Amino acid sequence: MTDTTENLRRVAIDPISRVEGHGKVTLLLDEHNHVRQARLHIVEFRGFERFIQGRPYWEVPVMVQRLCGICPVSHQLAACKALDRVVGATSITPTAEKIRRLMHYGQILQSHALHFFHLASPDLLLGFDSEPTRRNIAGLAAAHPDLARQGVLLRRFGQEVIRITSGKRIHGTGAIPGGVNKAVTLAERDELLREIPQILAWSQSAITLIRRLHETDPALYENFGLFRSGLLSLVDARGELDLYDGALRARDADGGLIFDGADGQHYGDLIREEVRPWSYMKFPFLKALGNQAGWYKVGPLARIQNCDAIPTPLAEQARRDFMAYSGGQPRHAPLAYHWARMIELLHAAETLHRLLLDDDILGNELMASGERRREGVGLLEAPRGTLIHHYQVDDNDLISMCNLIVSTTHNNQAMNKAICRVAQDYLDGQEISEGLLNRIEIVIRAFDPCLSCATHAIGKMPLQVELLDAQGARLSSLSRLGDGSYT
Amino acid sequence: MSDSFTLDGRAIPCAPGQSILQAASAAGVFIPHLCFHPEFRPQGSCKLCTVRASGRLGSACTLPATPGLSVESDTAELNARRRVLLQLLFVEGNHFCPACEKSGDCLLQATAYALKILTPEFVQFYPHRAVDASHPDILLDMNRCILCGLCVEASHRADGKDVFALAGRGLHSHIVVNSASGRLGDSTLTATDRAAHICPVGAILPKRQGFHTPIGERKYDHKTVAEQEIAGESE
Repeated sequence: MTDTTENLRRVAIDPISRVEGHGKVTLLLDEHNHVRQARLHIVEFRGFERFIQGRPYWEVPVMVQRLCGICPVSHQLAACKALDRVVGATSITPTAEKIRRLMHYGQILQSHALHFFHLASPDLLLGFDSEPTRRNIAGLAAAHPDLARQGVLLRRFGQEVIRITSGKRIHGTGAIPGGVNKAVTLAERDELLREIPQILAWSQSAITLIRRLHETDPALYENFGLFRSGLLSLVDARGELDLYDGALRARDADGGLIFDGADGQHYGDLIREEVRPWSYMKFPFLKALGNQAGWYKVGPLARIQNCDAIPTPLAEQARRDFMAYSGGQPRHAPLAYHWARMIELLHAAETLHRLLLDDDILGNELMASGERRREGVGLLEAPRGTLIHHYQVDDNDLISMCNLIVSTTHNNQAMNKAICRVAQDYLDGQEISEGLLNRIEIVIRAFDPCLSCATHAIGKMPLQVELLDAQGARLSSLSRLGDGSYT
Repeated sequence: MSDSFTLDGRAIPCAPGQSILQAASAAGVFIPHLCFHPEFRPQGSCKLCTVRASGRLGSACTLPATPGLSVESDTAELNARRRVLLQLLFVEGNHFCPACEKSGDCLLQATAYALKILTPEFVQFYPHRAVDASHPDILLDMNRCILCGLCVEASHRADGKDVFALAGRGLHSHIVVNSASGRLGDSTLTATDRAAHICPVGAILPKRQGFHTPIGERKYDHKTVAEQEIAGESE
């Protein structure tokens, strides 16, 4: 890692050079040919913050959910939470909140299941160096058919919860500023409840599986891409895990509190964003620690360790087991993200069960309103980490300002650090090997970034890795295309 | 036996004063259209209802239903023409159905689905058009205007106000608002005016409604535009 790039050449990425859906990584060597810095280039420009300006606020939650096809619910809900404040609904009805929670935890379940079973488990179960054309869900289905089937059915259940609460499996309209547009019927509730025992059982067995993988090769799982960083997430008023609402808590790499109970409406006092010329993705940092030391990680690994407890019994026991595995010491290994993600999968299943037994979800008080405001911030914990939506609305109901800090953006520097560590450990000489490229891909995927979601439909993430010397000259480059071939 | 004409080979009863489109609707046969509304006089401007009547092309909403006529409507040739007209409308404005609150209630979208249009065929114009949010209760979003003229008709005939008018020619045709500033907030339009609720697309909308109607309860969620029209439920 380096704090200065004086002797390292910067590479500017022109948007004209972007290849949609491709990940690109540049490794920078120092004068002694050691990897000093890694850059994951995000060159896909979206522009949502700009083009929603001038649009009516009530259109925004449905529009911004198009940021993502995997976690649209997160964007819809974060926008609604921000705009609840604009319509004066500082407190929405119990039915509205519980329907939104159903939608959100349904999304957590489907997204985590998709990531672990479809995207990550081929790496973990078939091997880092297995044939790339087989290291995907199809290869998994051939080698471990039961597991592939569980992944499909877990995801299907989560999407059914989303369909019932928002009208569609992807890009529905259920949450609106001030509440929701529909509740759940008895028949819909009973349909979902029937599947809960199986969903709980599969979620528990996923934790058993990932723990077994850690125990089988602890040296790999605890050290692969290892770096230390602070943690950021929301926790509820008791300090427990809450993925829909709460206050911001940040810890340092040793687990010490940096801040706690911070109101997300004032996130700008806590978090700043740095722009670097080689990526469209900004680099957030904690203002108190500055841009060099203030970066952090978000997502399951941060959340599981940031909270004091998980408010559902099976997941809480799983969290304690997870912490005991390291003797209570904070865990920073990127591959531990998978374990933490499966604990959240179980927590989502338990939470869905709890919500489905609550008669409030059948209610008919769907909307709340109050004194209009011109501004609102909505925060929640999306599958990939803390999500912040901030809007200002003018007197004519049009959006005048928007700022979005999405989960993958929070993890930007963390992913670069993990890639750097993998490159330091696995770069042999000055040639980029297929083994190194595979490992870089695997450590990126541990964070479940949107990049992987958007481009890894059946485990074929196109990726380009290049190696530059201290003068910026390209020493080596290797690309893997979507069909699994290398060039 | 009453007077009749044939439409795609089927006998359609007709009465004096009826247009081909009105007679067809009364007989349960749908002819696609955008600018026609049963409450107002036909304009014949969108050309979507163009039929071939005894060999000549004409708008079904303005052609009189004459006994003995032989009319073709649901033919490959005429539907291809309709698809081109719809495709032109989609690229000429900014119709982003996925984020439009009118989605599911929109005559343009429903008609496009009925004619099996699933994706744009022509190059998008991406015009710069204004959103006029100056009215406290009504939003005017010109991005979605298809120049059907129904707001002009409704404001003139039902409301007696002439809040809206069509201005310009050809590609430069556009809706103008009758107020000193040209802004809707300075016009005499009120939330209860017929003109505020006649728009078949998402150009004139009540404010702060957005996505209040859940998916599954929207006009075209369970009925096609033809079924809605024949049931007499089309706006």
